[in-house]
Amino acid sequence: MRKLSAKLCLLLLFVLMLPCLTACHGSRSMDAFVIPEQFDTNRTYELTFWAKNDTNKTQTEIYKKAIADFEKAYPNIKINLRLYTDYSRIYNDVITNIATGTTPNICITYPDHIATYLTGNQVVVPLDELMTDSRYGLGGSELRFDSPTRDEIVPQFLNECSFAEHTYALPYMRSTECCYVNKTYVEALGYTLPEQLTWDFIWEVSEAAMAKDAAGNYLVNGQKVMIPFIYKSTDNMMIQALRQQDAGYSTEDGEILIFNDTTKDFLYTIAEHAKTGAFSTFKISSYPANFLNAGQCIFAIDSTAGSTWMGSHAPLCDIASEALVEFETQVMMLPQFDPANPQMISQGPSVCIFNKTDSQEVLASWLFMQYLLSNEVQIAYAQTEGYVPVTTKAQADPAYQDYLSRAGEDNSLYYDIKIEASKLLLNHAADTFVTPVFNGSASLREASGQMIENVTKSVKRKETVDDAYMEKLFRDMNSLYRLDQRTHTSPDEEELGPLPTLSVVLLSVLALTWLGILLYVTKEAINKRKTQHNDH
Amino acid sequence: MKKSLIITLALIMVLSLAGCGKTDSADKKSEGVMTYAEYVAAAMDSEVVVETYVQAKQSWWDNKATVYTQDKDGAYFLYNMACSEEDYAKLTPGTKIKVTGYKSEWSGEVEIVDATFEIEDGNFVAAAMDATSLLGTDDLIKHQNEFVTFKGLTVEPADESGAAFLYNWDGSGSQGDDLYFNVSLNGQIYSFTVESYLCDSSTEVYKVVEGLQVGDTIDAEGFLYWYEGANPHITSVTVK
Repeated sequence: MRKLSAKLCLLLLFVLMLPCLTACHGSRSMDAFVIPEQFDTNRTYELTFWAKNDTNKTQTEIYKKAIADFEKAYPNIKINLRLYTDYSRIYNDVITNIATGTTPNICITYPDHIATYLTGNQVVVPLDELMTDSRYGLGGSELRFDSPTRDEIVPQFLNECSFAEHTYALPYMRSTECCYVNKTYVEALGYTLPEQLTWDFIWEVSEAAMAKDAAGNYLVNGQKVMIPFIYKSTDNMMIQALRQQDAGYSTEDGEILIFNDTTKDFLYTIAEHAKTGAFSTFKISSYPANFLNAGQCIFAIDSTAGSTWMGSHAPLCDIASEALVEFETQVMMLPQFDPANPQMISQGPSVCIFNKTDSQEVLASWLFMQYLLSNEVQIAYAQTEGYVPVTTKAQADPAYQDYLSRAGEDNSLYYDIKIEASKLLLNHAADTFVTPVFNGSASLREASGQMIENVTKSVKRKETVDDAYMEKLFRDMNSLYRLDQRTHTSPDEEELGPLPTLSVVLLSVLALTWLGILLYVTKEAINKRKTQHNDH
Repeated sequence: MKKSLIITLALIMVLSLAGCGKTDSADKKSEGVMTYAEYVAAAMDSEVVVETYVQAKQSWWDNKATVYTQDKDGAYFLYNMACSEEDYAKLTPGTKIKVTGYKSEWSGEVEIVDATFEIEDGNFVAAAMDATSLLGTDDLIKHQNEFVTFKGLTVEPADESGAAFLYNWDGSGSQGDDLYFNVSLNGQIYSFTVESYLCDSSTEVYKVVEGLQVGDTIDAEGFLYWYEGANPHITSVTVK
């Protein structure tokens, strides 16, 4: 009876221990996705697709048409579209939904954001095996639509979606930044546009444009308002300036290098021109397009995907028609420090799929994700803005080539500024770059732009910008964006923060259980020895 | 009897004075605080200190709050003011706050940015000012950010399709996004917005606007926000 009790006790301890082991691992992870043998077409699937548009109705319609066409090919799959106009809102919502296990199936996103999503185990599906699957992979035999092969995706764009040793996304559209120049005003100021803009040229012309008459009107436009140089994304401004000067930003594994002398020098230059009013930013003043089209800006730097808003005859416009000014717009590569070795950022939406317990549901998501890379979707969406398709297959399609050749035929589909912006990227794809992706890279990107915003605001507020200011700025950015708390590890090794209370309790129970087992075994061993000793 | 009457009248008078006093104290500025006129006169990018009253909250995220506020003389829009989630809950309509920040302008909207605040004693909720006659005039901007009402407006098509409202300015959005609708008065058309952070799809105004028909006559209340011109953020619509 005593032996039976001991065995029962031991069994009970193991039974108690099992849930502890399960609890320790089950709360954060999901099983890795495994490609099913066959896609089960006898079942129905309802998928959620979170998409981003540029507040552009045509883009919304293209998403809806893509869904309708895909559902025709796969009547057992229903796609529910949720539209966003802001990447940061998608990012915030995904983070919130990871915690509750309610992520969408398919999501437009940026690789920087995926790196954060990867903090949770098996949250985002790695695409390496899916892409090469002979049946359902890119160009696979079982697909019901004409999908591009892996080799037909522009390698550079696909590489941008690969990090932490896997490919976690497919590129959806690509764009870059360019400078929309009021050529009429540049020439009125006595300058000729060079073949390639330099930072020095832009600063010089911008300062020249600050001259006023006795009544306080700017000579170049005869108005009370003139901000010659406005930058939309100051994150990109800093990132590209550093890259062009071969200065530190971060290493591939996440070591932060941005707080250096080149950064400081660039910020001093910005301060100098913000002080005179020759430079401002979107966050401080408003959209560059609004000022450009009103004749109140000469160099407006924005995404090529913002090209439909740029120019006297832009198809999209937020300002009153009576405020529009007639001028010639020239689309140019953004300013360079070394024009012989131009560097510009590659950006634009990518798409990822989230893991689910049902592998068939994930496979259905992958099918739709691939459909977004079909020529029909790629060409139609690329024509809505200054985007370029991400596949060589779509780029070479006669329909797309015809579109490019018809620049200027109208001010809508063939709007010349938009097509020139797309061509700029197509002609300089080899000059584009992306920044390293790691958990924390999104914060580093924010900090890089925030330094420009802070310096610009400070000089406008007549604060002193000197070495002491810069030292404090660097310290503040380090602290605010927790850049000083990073360890350069792979996402799998990333610090997850303090354990939740429940986990601490369960781990304590586990430790106590093992302690109980150990005590029991030790006691049994001593008793056995005593018994053996007494027997002798 | 006479004595009772005198005492009663005296009490009524004292209580009335107390009531008046409450209103007066709501308008009196503390030392170092600007009047609304001084705020209007202050240069852009200069530091401003104002005492004002919360009228509505637009959003809170990442310890930043965007708030519509007003005193008896004018309104102040507080953009991304430093604010903990706990303090945000305390910013109920009428709450008096002292705000220190920088005067700024973004696409015509004059606002206070990079601000901090402290809650003070006092309460004031502004009645909607009837700005109907100011629509389309240069005087409308003098009431920027104030709580206003427009009466007797006619709902006009929001686009070529004849829809009475759009999700996003061009119809590119879906339910939950900002609503845009056009109204006319005396032959002029104006664009109004239901800002989805201020009034989300669960609110009465959002549902009423989703149910508007072209040709409806409405009264509308809201905050006189500015974006490249008047862009009222509507909080209430009554169909006549």
